[in-house]
Amino acid sequence: MEINGADTAWVLMSGALVLLMTPSLAIFYGGMVRAKSTLNMMMMSFAAMGVTTIIWVIYGYSLAFGPDAGNGLIGDLSNLGLQGTIDQVVGGDGHQIPTLAFVMFQLTFAIITVALLSGAIADRTRFTAWVIFVAVWITLVYAPIAHWGFASQGGTGGWMIDRLGSLDFAGGTVVEMNSGAAALALAIVLGKRDGYRRDPMRPHNIPFVLLGAGLLWFGWFGFNAGSALSAGQLAATAMINTQVATAAAAMSWIAFEKIRDGKPTTLGVASGAIAGAVAITPSCGYVTPLGALAIGLLGGVASAWAVSRKYKWGYDDSLDVVGIHGVGGFVGMISIGLIGTKAVNAAGGDGLFISGDPSLLIKQTIASVATIAYSFIATWIIATVISRTIGFRVRREEEVTGLDTVEHAESAYDFTLHANR
Amino acid sequence: MKLITAVVKPSRLDEIKTALRAGDINGMTVSEASGFGRQKGHTEIYRGAEYTVDLIPKVRLEILANDDDVDRIIGILVSAANTGNIGDGKIWVTPVDSITRVRTGERGSDAI
Repeated sequence: MEINGADTAWVLMSGALVLLMTPSLAIFYGGMVRAKSTLNMMMMSFAAMGVTTIIWVIYGYSLAFGPDAGNGLIGDLSNLGLQGTIDQVVGGDGHQIPTLAFVMFQLTFAIITVALLSGAIADRTRFTAWVIFVAVWITLVYAPIAHWGFASQGGTGGWMIDRLGSLDFAGGTVVEMNSGAAALALAIVLGKRDGYRRDPMRPHNIPFVLLGAGLLWFGWFGFNAGSALSAGQLAATAMINTQVATAAAAMSWIAFEKIRDGKPTTLGVASGAIAGAVAITPSCGYVTPLGALAIGLLGGVASAWAVSRKYKWGYDDSLDVVGIHGVGGFVGMISIGLIGTKAVNAAGGDGLFISGDPSLLIKQTIASVATIAYSFIATWIIATVISRTIGFRVRREEEVTGLDTVEHAESAYDFTLHANR
Repeated sequence: MKLITAVVKPSRLDEIKTALRAGDINGMTVSEASGFGRQKGHTEIYRGAEYTVDLIPKVRLEILANDDDVDRIIGILVSAANTGNIGDGKIWVTPVDSITRVRTGERGSDAI
């Protein structure tokens, strides 16, 4: 049991980087909502950090990464309370890291995935219901899908990674399409914000959005390059690919805006960066930097187009979780089946355009569709049950007042001219 | 005694202040205002969704003056606030019944 210090240091660092992404998301989302509910928006991310961590240490890690219970669907309960992880290692020969480093790293993925969902239900969610939802969703939706896509156990682990053989380097299914599909279900069950399409709902602080996007970009290096679980060639490939795709999508999103709307916007450049980072998430360890460039350019345009679909189809995915994470994740997953190459990762695969063989593309499609279907249906059921029992939304007059005072007895800014002089 | 009220472009405020001081007018109240008139608002775009912003920010100036000074003050305001564009604002004058200085209790013209 020889621990590789360099690999361990990188994974520990990456865990910290990815954890920072959730407060960054709070800033990113918080700037996009109206001033009267911005604290509530940020609070949903911080609650996700709290609730998910508690569940992860008690049983969440075990469900996701414990020994497979039989069919590749879920882990068993051998690691309850993190028993059987202390003093253990994970990783191949020469690249072993403490299991607890892996536990921490994966915890940060679970946190940000559920936190992402809050963007679909901005300005109208009862906070207590959100806390309960986070606990139930991590248990019934995140843990199984993380097991499917991430729990590699020598061919007998999660069905997508070990049995189907689909490729998902850092969470195109587990994190991105999962959150996109779940966000759509939540937006449909909760319904639109009061005044949606009637009242202007402008972002109240776009510099916040840019700050949040910048910090997310930074944290994403831990998310993607950290997913190599080692400090070597593969991590370096993932890191440069992340940079290339994120930058490319930031530019392609605003190019799309310039052509369609006449102006490139700062909200667009921030959104494009996130869309690019999302699209490269599953593919960063399987494509060349030029492949990453293509994925980024395509991902930015695809998401820029997708976010306007909500107006046509009538759901209020307030901060565009579906258009950015759902669509971006799909672009990334499918692109592996097209331009993935073993030249950058022997454990990867050759896509249709490289080998002429569509089998990898088919596997990528199966994993994507299964993730979307399970996540959407399971989330729809959970949200409906919460909605019909304790209630998921605040009352209309509370929504009009703003959630910060109603749910938290606080306000983000002192707008009154005459107070505290 | 009159109250001169003006609604003008915020960007002209410094110029107006300087011109009033130069004209020996030593009192003015400024408040932020917004409104709509002949000057059109603008359109903002967020992720492809357009929002029309039709209330335009202005500043409202209030100056108390003796009847004899009114025309001169209006002249100062017009020349300092004028940019030649739509949206430069308006000035109007209303009669004032009484004025009292809070510190001394002086009334009328002495309180201006």
